[in-house]
Amino acid sequence: MAAPLTLLLIVAVTIRAVLFRSSLAELISERVEVVSPLNAWKRVVEGLALLDLGVSPYSGDVFHETPLMIYLFHFTVDYAEIVFMIADGITAVALYLSIQTYNKNVFRKQKYALESDRYPADCLELLRSPKEMFYIPLKVAMFYLLNPFTILSCVAKSTCGLNNAIIALFIFCTLKGSALLSGILLALATYQSIYPLTLFAPALLFFLQRLYIPVNLRRSSFWFFTLQYAFIYVGSLVVITGLSFFLLGSWDFIPSVYGFIFSVPDLTPNIGLFWYFFAEMFEHFRLFFICVFQINVFFYTIPLSIKLKEHPVFLIFMQIAIISIFKSYPTVGDVALYMAFLPAWSHLYRFLRNIFLVSCVLLACSALFPVLWHLWIYAGSANSNFYYAITLLFNFGQILLVSDYFYAYLRREHHLIHGLYLKKKDGTEATLVLK
Amino acid sequence: MGLLSDPNRRKALTNLLTRLNAPICMVCYLAAIVWFMGLAFEPFTLRTYMSENAMGSTMVEERFSSGERALSLAKEFDAHKTKAGGMPVEWLVKAMQARGLEVFTQSFSRKLPFPDENKERYMVRGTNVYGILRAPRAPRTEALVITAPCSPGNSNNQAVGLLLALAQYFRNQIFWAKDIIFLVNEHDLIGMQAWLEGYHHTNITGMEYSPLQGRAGSIQAALSLELSSDVITSLDLILEGLNGQLPNLDLANLFYAFCQKLGVLCTIQGKLQRNDWDTAEGYTHAAQTMMLMVLKQACGRSWGDHGLFLRYHIEAASIRGINGFRHYKMDVATIGRLLEGMVRKLNNLLERLHQSYFFYLLPSLSRFVSIGYYMPAFGLLAVILLLRVSFPGLMLHVCFSVSLQPSGPGVLTVLTPVVISHLTGVALYLLPVHLQEMAVEHFPVSETEAVVLTAVAIYTAGLALPHNTQRLLSGEGTEQGWKVLKLTALLYLAVLLGCTALINFSLGFVLAVTLVPITASMTPHMPKALSALAMVLLSPAFTILYCVFIYQELIEAPVSVSEGWMLFLSVISQGILDHALYGSLVYPLLALFVYPCWLMFWNILFWS
Repeated sequence: MAAPLTLLLIVAVTIRAVLFRSSLAELISERVEVVSPLNAWKRVVEGLALLDLGVSPYSGDVFHETPLMIYLFHFTVDYAEIVFMIADGITAVALYLSIQTYNKNVFRKQKYALESDRYPADCLELLRSPKEMFYIPLKVAMFYLLNPFTILSCVAKSTCGLNNAIIALFIFCTLKGSALLSGILLALATYQSIYPLTLFAPALLFFLQRLYIPVNLRRSSFWFFTLQYAFIYVGSLVVITGLSFFLLGSWDFIPSVYGFIFSVPDLTPNIGLFWYFFAEMFEHFRLFFICVFQINVFFYTIPLSIKLKEHPVFLIFMQIAIISIFKSYPTVGDVALYMAFLPAWSHLYRFLRNIFLVSCVLLACSALFPVLWHLWIYAGSANSNFYYAITLLFNFGQILLVSDYFYAYLRREHHLIHGLYLKKKDGTEATLVLK
Repeated sequence: MGLLSDPNRRKALTNLLTRLNAPICMVCYLAAIVWFMGLAFEPFTLRTYMSENAMGSTMVEERFSSGERALSLAKEFDAHKTKAGGMPVEWLVKAMQARGLEVFTQSFSRKLPFPDENKERYMVRGTNVYGILRAPRAPRTEALVITAPCSPGNSNNQAVGLLLALAQYFRNQIFWAKDIIFLVNEHDLIGMQAWLEGYHHTNITGMEYSPLQGRAGSIQAALSLELSSDVITSLDLILEGLNGQLPNLDLANLFYAFCQKLGVLCTIQGKLQRNDWDTAEGYTHAAQTMMLMVLKQACGRSWGDHGLFLRYHIEAASIRGINGFRHYKMDVATIGRLLEGMVRKLNNLLERLHQSYFFYLLPSLSRFVSIGYYMPAFGLLAVILLLRVSFPGLMLHVCFSVSLQPSGPGVLTVLTPVVISHLTGVALYLLPVHLQEMAVEHFPVSETEAVVLTAVAIYTAGLALPHNTQRLLSGEGTEQGWKVLKLTALLYLAVLLGCTALINFSLGFVLAVTLVPITASMTPHMPKALSALAMVLLSPAFTILYCVFIYQELIEAPVSVSEGWMLFLSVISQGILDHALYGSLVYPLLALFVYPCWLMFWNILFWS
C-alpha cells in the first residue's frame, strides 16, 4: 500500500508545484473563499517584516497569526511553498495511517461481536468486509490531497494547511493511543485557532474506551484518567503560551489572535455566516449576538458526546465539520479537512438520504462564489446580498451533509442492534425517522 | 425539512417525479418559452421611473444655444481631418486649449492578432486627445466623461463639433461639482481601451500606450456621442456593453426623461415606441425590440464606445443620432441642450448610480423587465436539467456504485470522454490564432479566413472524436458508463448555464433554449442518424448561425443563405478579436466550456 500512497503524494506535489509557478497563484491567494484575515499569506509576510524591523508584529492590526507560526516562517520564509506542500503531505499521511488504524479496530470489534453472535441474523449485509475496507485509507488521503479546496488553499499559502496538519497529527496520535502526544498536539491545535478545544471530548472518550474505563462519574478511575489527560492538555497549553510570551516578550498576541477570533472585528466577506450578519447589525446588539454565534461551535459538543460516546472517531469527524461550519473565519481549507473523512463512512451510503442534493448544492455553490463575487465587486451590478445568499446555501448544504451522515451512522447502529427489517407492533414495515 | 426527512413523503415525491418526468420537462420547456415571450407584453412589464433622488426632483434649465458654432467646428474638424489623413491632433489640442481646458494627449499602438477585415486594420497606431474642465465648486475627486470617437471618412464630425461647442459653453458655467473630461478617441474601441487602461493604471490586454499626463477624479458616468449628419431626426440609446453588461437603468431613465422634456424623438435598438400594446402589431414590435436587445447582449461585444467603461464600474451609454424619420427634424442645439441637461443632472449625483436596476431587458424605452421577472424563464429551463438528473431514479445509486468499486474503471470511463472533449475545447481556443501562419502558407486564404476556417475545422473534427474515445477505452461502454457520463454532463451543463445566465442572462438563455431539449433527452438508444442530425442542428455553432439570421431579420435587413454564411464567419472572427482586444469572454466560454459540454452529450449518443 505504500506505493499507491507515494504515487499519490507525487501527483499532489506536482499539481501544487505547477500551480505555484503559474500565474494563477496570485489570483488564488486573493480569493476571499480561500484566505481569511486570519491565515492570509500576505499578512504573514507583513508580520515578518514588522518582526524584522524590531516592532511587535501585532502592531498595525494586520497580522493575526500565533507567535510560534511567525517564528516558524521567520526561518523558513524562503521555502514557504515547500513548507505548505509538506504540511499537506503530513496531513494526508497522518489521515491515511489514522484511518488504517481505525479500520483495523472496527474490524476487530466486528469480529468479536460476530463470534459472540451479537448481531441479528438479517443484518449481515451491513457488516463490513476487509476487501471493501482495504482502499479506504488511500481514498481518504486522495480526498484530502486531490480535493480542489485543499489545492487552492495550499497554492494560496493559507496557513490553514498547517492547522489541518496539526489536527491530523492529533487524530493520528489519538488513534495510536498516545495520550501524551495527543494532549500536546491538541494543545497546539487549540493554541493555533481555539476551536479545536471541542476535540478534547472525543479524544478523552476514545482513550477511556481504549483503556476499558467506563464513563461513570462515580468511578475514581474515570476521574483519574480525565484529570491526567486534562493536565497534559492544560499543561502543554500553558507551556506553549508561555513560550510565545518569551519569544515575543509581550502578551500582545492574546488580544490580537484570540480576541480577533472571538470578537470578529474584520468583516471581510468569506464563506462563513458571520460577516454579513455583523455588518448589518446595530452596534448595541453586537456582544449578545457574538455570544450566540460563537456558542454554536461549542454547544453541540455536549449532546453529540452523549449520543456518540461509543463512537469517538465519528464524533471527531462531526466536531471538525461543526467547527468548519460555525467558526468565525472559515475558508475552504477547513471544509477540505472534514471532507477527507467522507470515504471512511462510505459504508453509510445506503442510509444517506440527501447526499445527491447536497453534492449538487455544494458543487453549484463552489461555482457561484466567484461568479457572484465578480458581479458584486467588479461589475458592480449585484450586491452583497447575492453573495451572502450563496454563502447561506453553501452552509445549508454543509449542515445537511453533516446531519445526513449523523442520521445514517445512528441508523446503521440501530439496525445492527435491532435487525435490518424493522416491524411495527402490528407487523407492518416500520421506518426510522430522526427527530 | 419535513419533505427531506420524512421517508414516506420523499418516496411519494420521487415516484411522482419519476412517473411524470417527461411531461413535466415538456411543460417546463414550453412554459419557459411562453414566459419569455410574455415578457414583452406591456401589462407584464413595469413602467420605468427615476430612482435616484439626486437626479429626480432637481430640475435644470438648459440654455445651450450654440448649435451653429458646433456645426462650423464640425466642418473645420472635417477639413483638418482630411488634411491630416487621420486624427488632427494639433488642431484639436489648440481648439480645446482655446476653450480653456487642460489638454493632454495619449498615443497608443496595438498589433491585432490577425487583420480585422470588417474595419480593415491590422497594425493600429493612434492618439487620443482629451481636455479636462476642472470643477470650480468642489474638490476634484469625481469626474464625468463625454467622448466622441474620431472615425475615418467623414462620419461623426458633428459629434466632435458638438463636443467642442459644449466644452466652450460648460467652461462659462459655474455650477460644476465634478471635473468634466472631453475625450476624442481614435480607432473607436481600441483607443477607448487604451485611454481607460491608462486612466486606471491597468493593462489587461497587452496594449501599448503612453501614460496619461493628466487625470481627474474617479469617473462617475460617461456618455459617448455619435452624430454623423447636420440634421438629426431621432436619437438612439445604446446600452449593451462588454460581456453583456448594462449600465444602471437610471441612466436610460435620464435620457428618456430629457427626450420627453425637449420633445426629442428617441429610440432603442433603432425602434420607435408604439402605443398600441393591445394589438398584435404593437406586441410584435415590443417583442422584436426585446429580442434585439437579447441578441445584442448575448453576443457579449461592446455595441458602442461606452461598453468598455462598464468594466470599470462606470455607468455609461452611447447616444447615436439617426437621420431616418423624415417628418421630425431637430437641430444640433437641441441635442446640445439634451446633453447639457443630462450632464448637469449627473453633476448633481452624490454617489454612484446604484438605486435602480442593473439587470433588465427593455421592450421599449418607457418599459422594462427586471431580473425577478425574466429569471423564471431561465429557471424553468434549468429545472429540466435537474429533473433529468434525477430521472432514472437510479442515477444516484449508479453514481455511488461507481465510486464504491475498488478498482475504479467506472470513474475512468467517465473521465476519458470528459478530458478528451475538454482538450478539443482547448484546441478550439488556442489553435485558430496560433496556426494562422501555417494555414496561410499551405492554403490560398487570407489570415482572417485562415483563423475562422481553422476554428470551423477544429469544431467539425471534434465531432469525429467519440469513436476514438471508445477505442481508447479498449472495450464496450457499459450501460452504467453512459448514465454516469450523462449525470456528470447534465450537472455540468446546469452549473455552466446558471453561472452564464447570472453574468449575461441573454447568453445563458439563448444557449439554454437550444441546448436543453436535445441534451435532456439524449440516450445511446435513440435512432443514431436522426438524433445526430438534431444534435448538430442544435449545437452551439448553429445557435450562432440562427442568431445571425434572426438578428438580420429583426433589423429588417434579411440576408440570403450565402450572405448569412459570410456574416457567420465574420461574427466568429469578430468574437475572437473581441476576446483578444477587449477581453470579451464569449469566445473562451463557448470554446472551453460549452462546446466540450456539448461534445460530452455527443459522446453519449455514440456510446457503444
